[in-house]
Amino acid sequence: MRPFTYSRATSVADAAKSAASVQGARFIAGGTNLLDLMKLQIETPTHLIDVNHLGLDRIEKTADGGLKIGALVRNTDLAADRTVRSDYAVLSRALLAGASGQLRNKATTAGNLLQRTRCPYFYDTRMPCNKRRPGSGCGAMQGMSRSLAILGVSDACIAQHPSDMAVAMRLLDAQVDTMGADGTARSIPIADFHRLPGDTPHVETALQSGEIITSVTLPKSIGGTHVYRKVRDRASYAFALVSVAAVFDAKGGTRFAFGGIGAKPWRTEAADAAAKSGAKAVAQAALNGARTTHHNDFKQALVERTLASIYRQKEARA
Amino acid sequence: MSSDHVTRRGLLRGSAALAAAAPGLSHAQPASPVKEGSPMTPVELTVNGREVHLQLDPRTSLLDALREHLHLTGTKKGCDHGQCGACTVMVEGRRINSCLTLAVMHDGEKVTTIEGLGTAEKLHPMQKAFIVHDGYQCGYCTPGQICSAVAVLEEIEAGIPSHVTHDLDRVTMSDEELRERMSGNICRCAAYPNIIAAMNDVAAGGKA
Repeated sequence: MRPFTYSRATSVADAAKSAASVQGARFIAGGTNLLDLMKLQIETPTHLIDVNHLGLDRIEKTADGGLKIGALVRNTDLAADRTVRSDYAVLSRALLAGASGQLRNKATTAGNLLQRTRCPYFYDTRMPCNKRRPGSGCGAMQGMSRSLAILGVSDACIAQHPSDMAVAMRLLDAQVDTMGADGTARSIPIADFHRLPGDTPHVETALQSGEIITSVTLPKSIGGTHVYRKVRDRASYAFALVSVAAVFDAKGGTRFAFGGIGAKPWRTEAADAAAKSGAKAVAQAALNGARTTHHNDFKQALVERTLASIYRQKEARA
Repeated sequence: MSSDHVTRRGLLRGSAALAAAAPGLSHAQPASPVKEGSPMTPVELTVNGREVHLQLDPRTSLLDALREHLHLTGTKKGCDHGQCGACTVMVEGRRINSCLTLAVMHDGEKVTTIEGLGTAEKLHPMQKAFIVHDGYQCGYCTPGQICSAVAVLEEIEAGIPSHVTHDLDRVTMSDEELRERMSGNICRCAAYPNIIAAMNDVAAGGKA
Protein backbone atom coordinates (compact mmCIF):
# COMPACT_ATOMS: atom_id res chain seq x y z
CA MET A 1 0.00 0.00 0.00
CA ARG A 2 1.31 3.47 -0.85
CA PRO A 3 1.83 5.89 2.05
CA PHE A 4 -0.96 8.31 2.87
CA THR A 5 -1.92 10.74 5.57
CA TYR A 6 -5.13 10.31 7.54
CA SER A 7 -7.62 12.67 9.13
CA ARG A 8 -11.08 12.41 10.69
CA ALA A 9 -13.64 14.82 9.27
CA THR A 10 -15.57 16.82 11.86
CA SER A 11 -18.31 18.17 9.57
CA VAL A 12 -19.75 17.38 6.15
CA ALA A 13 -18.81 20.83 4.84
CA ASP A 14 -15.19 20.49 6.04
CA ALA A 15 -14.95 16.99 4.54
CA ALA A 16 -16.11 18.24 1.13
CA LYS A 17 -13.89 21.29 1.25
CA SER A 18 -10.73 19.43 2.21
CA ALA A 19 -11.41 16.64 -0.31
CA ALA A 20 -11.47 19.25 -3.07
CA SER A 21 -8.42 21.16 -1.84
CA VAL A 22 -6.03 18.28 -1.03
CA GLN A 23 -4.64 16.68 -4.18
CA GLY A 24 -5.14 12.91 -4.14
CA ALA A 25 -7.60 12.92 -1.22
CA ARG A 26 -10.33 10.30 -0.89
CA PHE A 27 -13.14 9.74 1.59
CA ILE A 28 -13.11 6.50 3.53
CA ALA A 29 -16.25 5.06 5.17
CA GLY A 30 -16.59 1.26 5.38
CA GLY A 31 -13.37 0.92 3.41
CA THR A 32 -14.14 -2.63 2.27
CA ASN A 33 -13.69 -1.81 -1.42
CA LEU A 34 -11.22 1.10 -1.19
CA LEU A 35 -8.68 -0.69 1.05
CA ASP A 36 -8.87 -3.81 -1.10
CA LEU A 37 -7.97 -1.66 -4.13
CA MET A 38 -5.29 0.26 -2.21
CA LYS A 39 -3.53 -2.99 -1.28
CA LEU A 40 -3.32 -3.78 -4.98
CA GLN A 41 -2.25 -0.19 -5.77
CA ILE A 42 -5.21 0.23 -8.09
CA GLU A 43 -6.29 3.09 -5.84
CA THR A 44 -3.40 5.24 -4.59
CA PRO A 45 -4.81 8.10 -2.50
CA THR A 46 -2.27 10.33 -0.74
CA HIS A 47 -4.74 11.42 1.93
CA LEU A 48 -7.73 9.65 3.50
CA ILE A 49 -10.58 11.62 5.03
CA ASP A 50 -12.43 9.36 7.49
CA VAL A 51 -16.12 10.31 7.31
CA ASN A 52 -17.35 7.67 9.78
CA HIS A 53 -18.05 10.16 12.55
CA LEU A 54 -20.31 12.63 10.74
CA GLY A 55 -23.59 11.32 12.18
CA LEU A 56 -24.90 10.30 8.74
CA ASP A 57 -26.06 6.93 10.05
CA ARG A 58 -29.79 7.49 10.57
CA ILE A 59 -32.86 6.35 8.64
CA GLU A 60 -35.71 8.88 8.80
CA LYS A 61 -39.15 9.23 7.24
CA THR A 62 -39.48 12.27 4.98
CA ALA A 63 -42.34 14.80 5.05
CA ASP A 64 -43.84 13.36 1.84
CA GLY A 65 -43.87 9.77 3.07
CA GLY A 66 -40.51 8.69 1.69
CA LEU A 67 -37.37 7.47 3.45
CA LYS A 68 -34.08 9.29 3.92
CA ILE A 69 -31.19 6.87 4.39
CA GLY A 70 -27.98 8.36 5.83
CA ALA A 71 -24.88 7.80 3.67
CA LEU A 72 -23.20 5.88 6.49
CA VAL A 73 -26.03 3.46 7.28
CA ARG A 74 -24.40 0.03 7.13
CA ASN A 75 -25.75 -2.51 4.65
CA THR A 76 -26.80 -4.86 7.49
CA ASP A 77 -28.75 -2.09 9.24
CA LEU A 78 -30.46 -0.92 6.06
CA ALA A 79 -31.54 -4.46 5.13
CA ALA A 80 -32.86 -5.06 8.67
CA ASP A 81 -34.65 -1.70 9.06
CA ARG A 82 -38.35 -2.30 9.84
CA THR A 83 -39.63 0.22 7.28
CA VAL A 84 -37.30 -1.08 4.57
CA ARG A 85 -38.36 -4.67 5.25
CA SER A 86 -42.06 -3.85 5.01
CA ASP A 87 -42.24 -1.03 2.41
CA TYR A 88 -39.10 -1.48 0.28
CA ALA A 89 -38.53 -5.24 0.56
CA VAL A 90 -36.73 -5.38 -2.80
CA LEU A 91 -34.00 -3.23 -1.22
CA SER A 92 -33.64 -5.57 1.78
CA ARG A 93 -33.52 -8.55 -0.58
CA ALA A 94 -30.91 -6.97 -2.86
CA LEU A 95 -28.67 -6.01 0.08
CA LEU A 96 -28.90 -9.48 1.61
CA ALA A 97 -27.98 -11.06 -1.73
CA GLY A 98 -24.67 -9.17 -1.74
CA ALA A 99 -21.31 -9.80 -0.08
CA SER A 100 -20.93 -11.63 3.27
CA GLY A 101 -22.22 -10.93 6.78
CA GLN A 102 -18.87 -9.43 7.79
CA LEU A 103 -18.77 -7.09 4.77
CA ARG A 104 -22.39 -5.99 5.14
CA ASN A 105 -21.66 -5.04 8.76
CA LYS A 106 -19.04 -2.58 7.54
CA ALA A 107 -20.07 -1.46 4.04
CA THR A 108 -22.14 1.73 3.82
CA THR A 109 -25.02 2.90 1.65
CA ALA A 110 -22.96 5.55 -0.14
CA GLY A 111 -19.93 3.29 -0.45
CA ASN A 112 -22.06 0.58 -2.03
CA LEU A 113 -23.18 3.05 -4.73
CA LEU A 114 -19.53 3.99 -5.33
CA GLN A 115 -18.05 0.49 -5.38
CA ARG A 116 -15.96 -0.26 -8.42
CA THR A 117 -16.21 -2.97 -11.04
CA ARG A 118 -14.94 -6.51 -10.43
CA CYS A 119 -13.72 -6.81 -14.03
CA PRO A 120 -10.64 -9.07 -13.69
CA TYR A 121 -8.67 -6.80 -16.06
CA PHE A 122 -9.36 -3.78 -13.83
CA TYR A 123 -7.95 -5.79 -10.91
CA ASP A 124 -4.84 -7.09 -12.71
CA THR A 125 -2.35 -4.21 -12.81
CA ARG A 126 -0.23 -6.06 -15.40
CA MET A 127 -3.06 -5.80 -17.94
CA PRO A 128 -4.26 -2.80 -19.92
CA CYS A 129 -7.45 -1.18 -18.61
CA ASN A 130 -8.94 2.10 -19.75
CA LYS A 131 -10.77 2.46 -16.45
CA ARG A 132 -7.66 1.99 -14.30
CA ARG A 133 -5.18 3.69 -16.66
CA PRO A 134 -7.00 5.84 -19.24
CA GLY A 135 -5.77 5.24 -22.77
CA SER A 136 -3.99 1.94 -21.99
CA GLY A 137 -6.55 -0.20 -23.82
CA CYS A 138 -8.93 -2.96 -22.72
CA GLY A 139 -7.75 -6.47 -21.92
CA ALA A 140 -11.28 -7.76 -21.45
CA MET A 141 -12.68 -7.47 -24.97
CA GLN A 142 -10.45 -10.20 -26.37
CA GLY A 143 -10.07 -11.88 -22.99
CA MET A 144 -12.14 -13.61 -20.33
CA SER A 145 -15.34 -11.58 -20.45
CA ARG A 146 -17.82 -14.08 -19.03
CA SER A 147 -18.80 -11.90 -16.05
CA LEU A 148 -18.81 -8.60 -17.90
CA ALA A 149 -21.46 -6.19 -19.17
CA ILE A 150 -23.53 -6.49 -22.33
CA LEU A 151 -25.50 -3.22 -22.03
CA GLY A 152 -24.21 0.35 -21.97
CA VAL A 153 -20.72 -0.81 -22.97
CA SER A 154 -18.35 1.11 -25.27
CA ASP A 155 -15.29 0.47 -27.41
CA ALA A 156 -13.22 1.53 -24.39
CA CYS A 157 -14.81 -0.58 -21.64
CA ILE A 158 -17.15 -3.52 -21.02
CA ALA A 159 -16.87 -3.57 -17.21
CA GLN A 160 -20.03 -4.50 -15.29
CA HIS A 161 -21.43 -2.55 -12.34
CA PRO A 162 -21.15 -4.99 -9.41
CA SER A 163 -23.74 -3.70 -6.93
CA ASP A 164 -26.96 -5.47 -5.95
CA MET A 165 -28.16 -2.61 -3.74
CA ALA A 166 -27.85 -0.05 -6.54
CA VAL A 167 -30.14 -2.16 -8.77
CA ALA A 168 -32.89 -1.93 -6.13
CA MET A 169 -32.21 1.80 -5.66
CA ARG A 170 -32.59 2.28 -9.43
CA LEU A 171 -35.86 0.33 -9.39
CA LEU A 172 -37.19 2.48 -6.53
CA ASP A 173 -36.21 5.83 -8.17
CA ALA A 174 -33.86 6.84 -5.36
CA GLN A 175 -32.26 10.29 -5.21
CA VAL A 176 -28.61 10.67 -4.18
CA ASP A 177 -28.24 13.71 -1.89
CA THR A 178 -24.85 15.40 -1.82
CA MET A 179 -22.93 18.42 -0.62
CA GLY A 180 -20.37 20.08 -2.85
CA ALA A 181 -17.00 21.56 -1.94
CA ASP A 182 -18.61 25.03 -1.93
CA GLY A 183 -21.26 23.90 0.55
CA THR A 184 -24.07 23.60 -2.03
CA ALA A 185 -26.50 20.71 -1.54
CA ARG A 186 -28.12 18.93 -4.49
CA SER A 187 -30.06 15.75 -5.25
CA ILE A 188 -29.10 13.55 -8.20
CA PRO A 189 -31.67 11.08 -9.58
CA ILE A 190 -30.14 7.60 -9.42
CA ALA A 191 -30.67 7.23 -13.18
CA ASP A 192 -28.19 10.09 -13.72
CA PHE A 193 -25.80 9.17 -10.90
CA HIS A 194 -23.82 6.39 -12.61
CA ARG A 195 -22.28 7.29 -15.97
CA LEU A 196 -21.86 5.06 -18.97
CA PRO A 197 -18.22 4.43 -19.92
CA GLY A 198 -18.18 6.05 -23.38
CA ASP A 199 -14.57 7.06 -24.04
CA THR A 200 -13.98 8.03 -20.37
CA PRO A 201 -14.61 4.81 -18.40
CA HIS A 202 -12.56 6.14 -15.47
CA VAL A 203 -15.31 8.73 -14.81
CA GLU A 204 -17.96 6.59 -13.11
CA THR A 205 -20.40 8.97 -11.42
CA ALA A 206 -21.85 12.48 -11.66
CA LEU A 207 -19.99 13.54 -8.49
CA GLN A 208 -17.75 16.60 -8.76
CA SER A 209 -14.39 17.02 -7.03
CA GLY A 210 -14.91 17.00 -3.25
CA GLU A 211 -18.66 16.37 -3.52
CA ILE A 212 -19.80 14.03 -0.72
CA ILE A 213 -22.92 11.85 -0.54
CA THR A 214 -24.92 12.72 2.59
CA SER A 215 -27.99 10.52 2.13
CA VAL A 216 -30.04 8.50 -0.34
CA THR A 217 -33.75 9.32 -0.41
CA LEU A 218 -36.51 6.95 -1.51
CA PRO A 219 -39.91 8.23 -2.64
CA LYS A 220 -43.09 7.04 -0.95
CA SER A 221 -43.49 3.26 -1.09
CA ILE A 222 -45.36 1.90 -4.11
CA GLY A 223 -46.36 -1.24 -2.19
CA GLY A 224 -46.98 -4.40 -4.17
CA THR A 225 -44.94 -7.58 -4.47
CA HIS A 226 -41.17 -7.12 -4.31
CA VAL A 227 -38.73 -9.63 -5.78
CA TYR A 228 -34.94 -9.72 -6.17
CA ARG A 229 -33.62 -12.74 -8.05
CA LYS A 230 -29.85 -13.16 -8.35
CA VAL A 231 -28.13 -15.78 -10.50
CA ARG A 232 -24.49 -16.49 -9.73
CA ASP A 233 -21.83 -19.19 -9.81
CA ARG A 234 -22.17 -19.98 -6.08
CA ALA A 235 -25.31 -19.98 -3.93
CA SER A 236 -23.84 -17.32 -1.66
CA TYR A 237 -21.12 -14.68 -1.51
CA ALA A 238 -20.59 -14.16 -5.26
CA PHE A 239 -21.27 -11.35 -7.69
CA ALA A 240 -24.26 -11.58 -10.02
CA LEU A 241 -24.05 -13.00 -13.51
CA VAL A 242 -27.59 -11.69 -13.90
CA SER A 243 -29.91 -10.20 -11.32
CA VAL A 244 -33.45 -8.91 -11.70
CA ALA A 245 -35.27 -6.62 -9.29
CA ALA A 246 -39.03 -6.41 -9.80
CA VAL A 247 -42.00 -4.73 -8.19
CA PHE A 248 -45.52 -5.73 -9.17
CA ASP A 249 -47.42 -2.80 -7.67
CA ALA A 250 -50.93 -2.73 -6.24
CA LYS A 251 -52.33 -0.83 -9.26
CA GLY A 252 -51.21 -3.43 -11.80
CA GLY A 253 -48.02 -1.62 -12.80
CA THR A 254 -44.75 -3.52 -13.03
CA ARG A 255 -41.17 -2.33 -13.10
CA PHE A 256 -37.87 -4.13 -13.59
CA ALA A 257 -34.21 -3.31 -13.03
CA PHE A 258 -31.24 -5.49 -13.90
CA GLY A 259 -27.81 -6.17 -12.40
CA GLY A 260 -24.77 -8.04 -13.71
CA ILE A 261 -25.47 -7.12 -17.32
CA GLY A 262 -25.00 -3.35 -17.42
CA ALA A 263 -22.17 -0.86 -17.25
CA LYS A 264 -24.50 0.68 -14.66
CA PRO A 265 -27.66 -0.53 -12.87
CA TRP A 266 -29.97 -1.11 -15.82
CA ARG A 267 -33.58 -0.05 -16.27
CA THR A 268 -35.60 0.83 -19.38
CA GLU A 269 -39.12 2.16 -19.86
CA ALA A 270 -39.62 -0.30 -22.71
CA ALA A 271 -39.04 -3.29 -20.41
CA ASP A 272 -41.57 -2.00 -17.88
CA ALA A 273 -44.07 -1.36 -20.70
CA ALA A 274 -43.71 -4.96 -21.90
CA ALA A 275 -44.53 -6.43 -18.49
CA LYS A 276 -47.99 -7.66 -19.44
CA SER A 277 -46.58 -9.60 -22.40
CA GLY A 278 -44.39 -11.82 -20.23
CA ALA A 279 -40.75 -12.76 -19.74
CA LYS A 280 -39.72 -13.05 -23.40
CA ALA A 281 -41.07 -9.60 -24.29
CA VAL A 282 -39.54 -7.96 -21.22
CA ALA A 283 -36.18 -9.58 -21.93
CA GLN A 284 -36.27 -8.45 -25.57
CA ALA A 285 -37.09 -4.88 -24.56
CA ALA A 286 -34.47 -4.76 -21.80
CA LEU A 287 -31.75 -6.27 -24.01
CA ASN A 288 -32.31 -3.91 -26.91
CA GLY A 289 -28.86 -2.74 -28.05
CA ALA A 290 -27.00 -5.51 -26.20
CA ARG A 291 -23.42 -6.04 -27.31
CA THR A 292 -22.08 -9.41 -26.31
CA THR A 293 -18.86 -11.37 -26.58
CA HIS A 294 -18.43 -15.09 -27.20
CA HIS A 295 -18.03 -15.52 -23.41
CA ASN A 296 -20.97 -13.49 -22.13
CA ASP A 297 -23.63 -13.98 -24.82
CA PHE A 298 -25.29 -16.54 -22.49
CA LYS A 299 -26.47 -13.66 -20.31
CA GLN A 300 -29.20 -12.80 -22.83
CA ALA A 301 -30.87 -16.18 -22.40
CA LEU A 302 -30.23 -16.02 -18.67
CA VAL A 303 -32.08 -12.70 -18.41
CA GLU A 304 -35.16 -14.22 -20.05
CA ARG A 305 -35.03 -17.34 -17.89
CA THR A 306 -34.58 -15.31 -14.71
CA LEU A 307 -37.60 -13.21 -15.67
CA ALA A 308 -39.59 -16.37 -16.41
CA SER A 309 -38.72 -17.66 -12.97
CA ILE A 310 -39.90 -14.40 -11.38
CA TYR A 311 -43.22 -14.58 -13.26
CA ARG A 312 -43.72 -18.17 -12.11
CA GLN A 313 -42.92 -17.21 -8.52
CA LYS A 314 -45.45 -14.39 -8.71
CA GLU A 315 -48.16 -16.61 -10.18
CA ALA A 316 -47.55 -19.22 -7.50
CA ARG A 317 -48.11 -16.56 -4.82
CA ALA A 318 -51.27 -15.15 -6.42
CA MET B 1 11.42 -9.07 8.92
CA SER B 2 14.72 -10.91 8.65
CA SER B 3 15.43 -12.17 5.16
CA ASP B 4 18.16 -14.73 5.86
CA HIS B 5 16.03 -17.48 7.34
CA VAL B 6 12.76 -19.11 6.50
CA THR B 7 9.77 -17.51 8.16
CA ARG B 8 6.19 -18.66 8.43
CA ARG B 9 5.11 -15.56 6.53
CA GLY B 10 7.70 -16.18 3.81
CA LEU B 11 6.32 -19.67 3.37
CA LEU B 12 2.78 -18.32 3.23
CA ARG B 13 3.80 -15.80 0.62
CA GLY B 14 5.40 -18.57 -1.43
CA SER B 15 2.32 -20.72 -1.25
CA ALA B 16 0.17 -17.75 -2.17
CA ALA B 17 2.26 -17.29 -5.31
CA LEU B 18 1.73 -20.94 -6.16
CA ALA B 19 -2.00 -20.42 -5.72
CA ALA B 20 -2.01 -17.43 -8.06
CA ALA B 21 -3.82 -19.35 -10.77
CA ALA B 22 -6.86 -19.55 -8.51
CA PRO B 23 -8.63 -16.20 -8.73
CA GLY B 24 -9.36 -14.45 -5.49
CA LEU B 25 -7.24 -15.90 -2.75
CA SER B 26 -3.94 -15.00 -4.32
CA HIS B 27 -2.74 -11.78 -2.76
CA ALA B 28 -1.38 -12.60 0.72
CA GLN B 29 1.17 -9.90 1.49
CA PRO B 30 3.40 -9.17 4.44
CA ALA B 31 2.45 -6.39 6.85
CA SER B 32 3.17 -2.97 5.37
CA PRO B 33 6.70 -1.99 6.31
CA VAL B 34 7.07 1.45 7.85
CA LYS B 35 8.30 3.84 5.21
CA GLU B 36 8.97 7.54 5.24
CA GLY B 37 5.98 9.63 4.37
CA SER B 38 3.45 7.97 6.67
CA PRO B 39 3.71 9.74 10.03
CA MET B 40 2.97 7.54 13.01
CA THR B 41 -0.49 8.02 14.46
CA PRO B 42 -1.55 7.29 18.04
CA VAL B 43 -4.32 4.67 18.29
CA GLU B 44 -6.13 3.58 21.45
CA LEU B 45 -8.12 0.37 21.42
CA THR B 46 -9.78 -1.79 24.05
CA VAL B 47 -8.86 -5.30 23.00
CA ASN B 48 -10.48 -8.16 24.91
CA GLY B 49 -11.16 -5.77 27.77
CA ARG B 50 -7.61 -4.42 27.93
CA GLU B 51 -6.80 -0.84 26.94
CA VAL B 52 -3.84 -0.59 24.58
CA HIS B 53 -1.98 2.43 23.25
CA LEU B 54 -0.22 2.08 19.92
CA GLN B 55 1.75 4.30 17.55
CA LEU B 56 0.92 3.09 14.05
CA ASP B 57 1.63 3.82 10.44
CA PRO B 58 -1.87 4.75 9.21
CA ARG B 59 -1.64 1.94 6.65
CA THR B 60 -1.73 -0.68 9.42
CA SER B 61 -4.82 -2.83 9.09
CA LEU B 62 -6.66 -3.77 12.26
CA LEU B 63 -5.49 -7.34 11.53
CA ASP B 64 -1.81 -6.34 11.45
CA ALA B 65 -2.24 -4.21 14.57
CA LEU B 66 -3.60 -7.26 16.41
CA ARG B 67 -1.05 -9.74 15.11
CA GLU B 68 2.16 -7.77 14.64
CA HIS B 69 1.83 -5.06 17.29
CA LEU B 70 -0.24 -6.72 20.04
CA HIS B 71 1.02 -10.25 19.25
CA LEU B 72 -2.52 -11.63 19.35
CA THR B 73 -1.86 -14.20 16.66
CA GLY B 74 -5.08 -16.13 17.12
CA THR B 75 -6.67 -13.96 14.42
CA LYS B 76 -5.36 -15.25 11.11
CA LYS B 77 -4.31 -13.65 7.83
CA GLY B 78 -5.63 -15.74 4.94
CA CYS B 79 -6.29 -13.77 1.77
CA ASP B 80 -5.91 -10.25 3.25
CA HIS B 81 -8.71 -9.13 0.89
CA GLY B 82 -11.94 -9.91 2.74
CA GLN B 83 -12.60 -13.07 0.77
CA CYS B 84 -11.79 -15.84 3.25
CA GLY B 85 -12.96 -14.65 6.69
CA ALA B 86 -9.93 -16.00 8.60
CA CYS B 87 -9.41 -12.51 10.07
CA THR B 88 -12.95 -12.16 11.48
CA VAL B 89 -13.12 -10.28 14.79
CA MET B 90 -15.85 -8.38 16.63
CA VAL B 91 -15.63 -4.59 16.73
CA GLU B 92 -18.15 -2.85 18.97
CA GLY B 93 -20.00 -6.18 19.06
CA ARG B 94 -20.23 -6.75 15.29
CA ARG B 95 -18.20 -9.21 13.23
CA ILE B 96 -16.03 -7.67 10.50
CA ASN B 97 -13.04 -8.60 8.35
CA SER B 98 -10.11 -7.08 10.28
CA CYS B 99 -7.97 -7.14 7.12
CA LEU B 100 -10.23 -4.64 5.31
CA THR B 101 -10.17 -1.87 7.87
CA LEU B 102 -7.47 0.41 9.22
CA ALA B 103 -6.62 0.27 12.93
CA VAL B 104 -6.65 4.07 13.02
CA MET B 105 -10.31 4.07 11.96
CA HIS B 106 -11.16 2.24 15.20
CA ASP B 107 -9.44 4.58 17.64
CA GLY B 108 -11.44 4.48 20.88
CA GLU B 109 -13.36 1.31 19.99
CA LYS B 110 -13.71 -2.15 21.56
CA VAL B 111 -12.34 -5.21 19.76
CA THR B 112 -12.93 -8.85 20.68
CA THR B 113 -10.69 -11.52 19.18
CA ILE B 114 -10.64 -15.29 19.59
CA GLU B 115 -8.33 -14.76 22.61
CA GLY B 116 -11.12 -12.73 24.25
CA LEU B 117 -13.84 -15.31 23.70
CA GLY B 118 -12.27 -18.03 25.81
CA THR B 119 -9.01 -19.37 27.20
CA ALA B 120 -7.46 -22.84 27.21
CA GLU B 121 -8.67 -23.20 30.80
CA LYS B 122 -12.12 -21.74 30.21
CA LEU B 123 -13.29 -22.35 26.66
CA HIS B 124 -16.20 -20.47 25.12
CA PRO B 125 -19.15 -22.86 24.47
CA MET B 126 -18.56 -22.44 20.73
CA GLN B 127 -14.90 -23.46 21.12
CA LYS B 128 -15.99 -26.54 23.09
CA ALA B 129 -18.58 -27.42 20.47
CA PHE B 130 -16.03 -27.11 17.63
CA ILE B 131 -13.81 -29.62 19.47
CA VAL B 132 -16.68 -32.04 20.21
CA HIS B 133 -17.96 -31.92 16.61
CA ASP B 134 -14.54 -31.84 14.92
CA GLY B 135 -15.35 -28.49 13.30
CA TYR B 136 -11.88 -28.14 11.79
CA GLN B 137 -9.02 -30.05 10.27
CA CYS B 138 -5.90 -27.91 9.80
CA GLY B 139 -7.34 -25.24 12.10
CA TYR B 140 -6.14 -22.17 10.23
CA CYS B 141 -9.61 -20.77 9.51
CA THR B 142 -10.98 -21.88 12.90
CA PRO B 143 -10.55 -18.66 14.96
CA GLY B 144 -12.39 -16.73 12.23
CA GLN B 145 -15.04 -19.45 11.97
CA ILE B 146 -15.63 -19.38 15.73
CA CYS B 147 -15.83 -15.56 15.96
CA SER B 148 -18.23 -15.58 13.02
CA ALA B 149 -20.29 -18.45 14.45
CA VAL B 150 -20.74 -16.66 17.79
CA ALA B 151 -21.81 -13.48 15.96
CA VAL B 152 -24.18 -15.37 13.64
CA LEU B 153 -26.15 -16.77 16.57
CA GLU B 154 -26.42 -13.25 18.00
CA GLU B 155 -27.59 -11.90 14.62
CA ILE B 156 -30.30 -14.54 14.37
CA GLU B 157 -31.31 -13.83 17.97
CA ALA B 158 -31.56 -10.11 17.08
CA GLY B 159 -33.88 -10.95 14.17
CA ILE B 160 -31.54 -9.74 11.42
CA PRO B 161 -32.74 -11.35 8.16
CA SER B 162 -30.53 -13.13 5.60
CA HIS B 163 -30.71 -14.00 1.90
CA VAL B 164 -32.50 -17.28 2.68
CA THR B 165 -35.00 -15.86 5.19
CA HIS B 166 -38.43 -16.62 3.68
CA ASP B 167 -40.39 -14.01 5.63
CA LEU B 168 -38.19 -10.96 6.30
CA ASP B 169 -40.02 -10.33 9.57
CA ARG B 170 -39.67 -13.85 10.96
CA VAL B 171 -36.09 -15.02 11.35
CA THR B 172 -35.78 -18.61 12.49
CA MET B 173 -32.92 -21.02 13.09
CA SER B 174 -32.18 -23.60 10.40
CA ASP B 175 -29.18 -25.25 8.76
CA GLU B 176 -29.96 -23.26 5.62
CA GLU B 177 -29.74 -19.99 7.62
CA LEU B 178 -26.46 -21.01 9.28
CA ARG B 179 -24.87 -22.02 5.98
CA GLU B 180 -25.87 -18.77 4.26
CA ARG B 181 -24.69 -16.61 7.16
CA MET B 182 -21.32 -18.43 7.38
CA SER B 183 -20.56 -18.03 3.65
CA GLY B 184 -17.96 -15.35 4.35
CA ASN B 185 -15.77 -17.92 6.13
CA ILE B 186 -14.01 -20.34 3.82
CA CYS B 187 -12.70 -23.69 5.09
CA ARG B 188 -10.54 -25.43 2.52
CA CYS B 189 -10.55 -28.61 4.63
CA ALA B 190 -14.34 -28.45 4.15
CA ALA B 191 -15.30 -28.94 7.79
CA TYR B 192 -18.58 -27.21 7.00
CA PRO B 193 -21.04 -29.92 8.13
CA ASN B 194 -19.28 -30.23 11.47
CA ILE B 195 -19.20 -26.46 11.93
CA ILE B 196 -22.98 -26.35 11.39
CA ALA B 197 -23.37 -29.20 13.91
CA ALA B 198 -21.31 -27.26 16.46
CA MET B 199 -23.38 -24.11 15.92
CA ASN B 200 -26.65 -26.03 16.28
CA ASP B 201 -25.36 -27.50 19.51
CA VAL B 202 -24.57 -24.07 20.98
CA ALA B 203 -27.85 -22.61 19.68
CA ALA B 204 -29.76 -25.40 21.41
CA GLY B 205 -27.98 -24.53 24.65
CA GLY B 206 -26.13 -27.83 24.63
CA LYS B 207 -23.22 -28.18 27.03
CA ALA B 208 -21.22 -29.77 24.18
